[in-house]
Amino acid sequence: MTTLIAIAGLGIICLIAEIFNLRKAIVPVTIIGLLAILCLNLVNIPGVHVANLNMEQRSFYNNMIIQNNYGTLFSSLFIVLTTFLVALSPDFHKEHKAKLSDFISIKLFLLAGAVAMVSFGNMAMFFLGIEILSISLYVLAASEPKNVSSNEAGMKYFLMGSFASGLILFGIALIYGATGAFDIAAIYEAVSTGAAKGWFFPGVVLLTIGLLFKIAAVPFHFWAPDVYEGSPALTTATMSTLAKVAAMAAFYKLMRGINLEVPGTYVTVLIIVSVLSMFVGNLTALKQNNVKRMLAFSGISHAGFMLMVFLNPPVTAGTLFYYAAAYTLAGIAAFAVVISVCGDKRNEDSFKFNGLGKTNPLMAAVLTSALLSMAGIPIFSGFFAKFFLFNQALKAGQVAIVIIAVVNSIISVGYYFKLILAMYTKESTEEKQAVPFAYTAVAVVAILLNILLGIFPDMVLAYL
Amino acid sequence: MDVSFILITLLIGAAATYFAGNKWASKVALLFSVAAFAVTLCTVNLLNNGENVNSVTRWIKNPMISISLVGDGLSLIMVLLTTSLTAIIILATLKNTFKNAKSFYALILFMAFAMVGTFLSADGFVYYIFWELSLIPIYFIALIWGGGEAEARKKDVIKFFIYTFAGSLFMLVAFIYLYQKTGSFTNGALVRVNLTDKEQFWIFLAFFLAYAIKIPIIPFHTWQANVYQKAPSAGTMLLSGIMLKMAIYSIIRWQLPLAPAPAKEYMHVLIILCVAGVIYGSILALKQQDLKKLLAYSSLAHVGLIAAGAYTLTLDGLRGAVLQMIAHGFVVVGLFYAAEIIIRRYNTTEISEMGGIRIQTPRFTSMFMILVLASVALPATFNFIGEFELLYSLAQTNIWIAVLGGTTIILGAFYMLRMFQQVMLGEQNAKPFADVTFGEGFVFVTIIGILLFFGLYPKPIIDFITPALENTLNLINR
Repeated sequence: MTTLIAIAGLGIICLIAEIFNLRKAIVPVTIIGLLAILCLNLVNIPGVHVANLNMEQRSFYNNMIIQNNYGTLFSSLFIVLTTFLVALSPDFHKEHKAKLSDFISIKLFLLAGAVAMVSFGNMAMFFLGIEILSISLYVLAASEPKNVSSNEAGMKYFLMGSFASGLILFGIALIYGATGAFDIAAIYEAVSTGAAKGWFFPGVVLLTIGLLFKIAAVPFHFWAPDVYEGSPALTTATMSTLAKVAAMAAFYKLMRGINLEVPGTYVTVLIIVSVLSMFVGNLTALKQNNVKRMLAFSGISHAGFMLMVFLNPPVTAGTLFYYAAAYTLAGIAAFAVVISVCGDKRNEDSFKFNGLGKTNPLMAAVLTSALLSMAGIPIFSGFFAKFFLFNQALKAGQVAIVIIAVVNSIISVGYYFKLILAMYTKESTEEKQAVPFAYTAVAVVAILLNILLGIFPDMVLAYL
Repeated sequence: MDVSFILITLLIGAAATYFAGNKWASKVALLFSVAAFAVTLCTVNLLNNGENVNSVTRWIKNPMISISLVGDGLSLIMVLLTTSLTAIIILATLKNTFKNAKSFYALILFMAFAMVGTFLSADGFVYYIFWELSLIPIYFIALIWGGGEAEARKKDVIKFFIYTFAGSLFMLVAFIYLYQKTGSFTNGALVRVNLTDKEQFWIFLAFFLAYAIKIPIIPFHTWQANVYQKAPSAGTMLLSGIMLKMAIYSIIRWQLPLAPAPAKEYMHVLIILCVAGVIYGSILALKQQDLKKLLAYSSLAHVGLIAAGAYTLTLDGLRGAVLQMIAHGFVVVGLFYAAEIIIRRYNTTEISEMGGIRIQTPRFTSMFMILVLASVALPATFNFIGEFELLYSLAQTNIWIAVLGGTTIILGAFYMLRMFQQVMLGEQNAKPFADVTFGEGFVFVTIIGILLFFGLYPKPIIDFITPALENTLNLINR
């Protein structure tokens, strides 16, 4: 709870700082503030062996906010990601210095939305979180008003996103109609005593569709490639890491919170969505020349992988968190390199990466590591994430799904390695340019965290 | 002191090499590879004195994984092969100048680290990590420092990577499946689990895919010749000398004890597949015009025979496989080194453009001759002992298969000697050929010395590996 208030407060401080002409202090203060909030947040973790999601939790404001390990850990991940994104901002927006405080504060509000999405105890809070997150993203997507594709991306995302929000709202209304409650615990009570009426299940389906849209899972993914490509690269980084994982975490929390007694067909449908996401994402990514588009499609396939946690929901919270952390840290590292190579110019074609291994070996090594992590090669945490996922799925007896996931991992090697090949075997066509320190620092720290997570998985798994 | 010291030496060596800078990289790498070899020798000595050299460290609680490294005769002989060959390979590359040498040598040591880890791991998950980890360095070595046309090389290298990666992922699934049955990844627990024949079959198949691609057994061999041809010599030596032995070692260590039933039931199919590789490799080697490709196909033939021996499930077969792995490792490194010397001096890989070297360099010629003879398993070389045991074990299973397998020696003698004739003999070549330097000669003499010594006196190695192999055999026949 304190975390959420502190984040919102920090966002407001950012806006005020602009008025008092303290623009230079904004980024350092924000980063220090975020790190302080991270510590504040981590204090909430009561200790190891609090296994169950619903145990050992504190609630605030009539169950509006519920604080437990699940929420706290995901919030910490979001704070870390936002810190990276904020650190990347000043160099990225150096041509719009006057708007820097806006960009930073919007990112902080976005973080507030994401935190609300993993610590809600009430449907109202859940929806509030999702809307704060989405509206911030609409603004960020269209944050280059003179650029047509940024405008297009913002508009497209807004139209599709608000439609999805409408569906979510409709779903919440139906669930309210069926159970008479917005409170998650009350809904759970109603469902488990059989008091929920026939409206309940259609409500859940609508809610699911809305969330799958936010996650960009097939068949609700059509917006993602265009929006990712059109938005400024930093916004794409935000969308494909923070926003995607926040929606996934909220989805999991919601389904675990209210929906234990669903018919088997519901899980079957989710699994079909998961398999489709993997195949469509990977096969389409093979053909992309634009790196941002490629990462967008790879993100769709990773959403498919993450949906595999629904095979065995009661025990997969830790797996989901681990996968999310591994994926987002690799994603941030990759995007930091992409931004450093392409700048804020509107062109991220893969030929720009030709010869990066010679012109900037460090950044090339970071991008290689990030891609290897996403492909699931050992010692990077992406591998362990996939391993834990496969382990859970096999425990649930789903050999076929695991085989499909394995086949998809193999396909994904194809496009990840295309970029690695370009970096190391082709000759550079670009002028060598100096890379701002912030980009290098974020890329290196993110990939080091990724590797650290890979070598010591118990670091986070023990808490969930 | 336990086996983990070997790993630590190599890992520190890789880091030190990278930070030593381009100028000193090769020397630092050589130093650390020799140090790793010395540490291995000490460990072997400790094991011979009956001391415990195993090392177990807790790692992940759930799922239960510990870094457990076990040194017995089988694993340590492979580690000895790895560390000694790594030192020889680094020694062999000292003459070359590489762009970005620090990365090159660091990758070689890192690869040795991963391969040693693969041989030592007794925990299936850790084993898998090392197995995959060894793929990354060789991928970059072949890609960045390889020869030939860039586009074609990229295609071949990525094909190699995807093939091996695909195969091993199914092995991972098999390991996870076994973990669900036993709650443990350790070799000791996994071999005791009771599986139905159907489960064993699928697990055997998953492992087979991983190993058949790496060895390679036909029809999974299509990546091999092109990669051998295009990788730099050091990469080819690492691949053919050590890396594919990882797969044969794994058959003996993991696949056969874990799933013995299908190994017995499909023994003939497996052996015929392997022997088919022998004949296929030999015939293709006959037709090669490219020196490195010829050696690659001859390697395919020899390795096929080794795999066939391992699948006979007899003590002779397993022992022959291990002996021949070592012998083949040294011979193939020596042959590729000789090829590399010729190629470097003549700047071509075409056999037809070579010839007439003997007149210029009798010393090099005689050393090359001994290696060629060792490769065709002439008595008194180490290879003879290995191939003899392998063929003997095949004869115990089926005499006709042994006859077919024996063609490796006949055909091998044919194409190797013909190659020798075309490359070394004949009219004096127009191009001058400098005699081998002291450094080059030293490498050859070391390799030849090892091959001849153990060819005449193999008892130390046989005594060292037999108890471990008997253990394995007991597990297979449990």
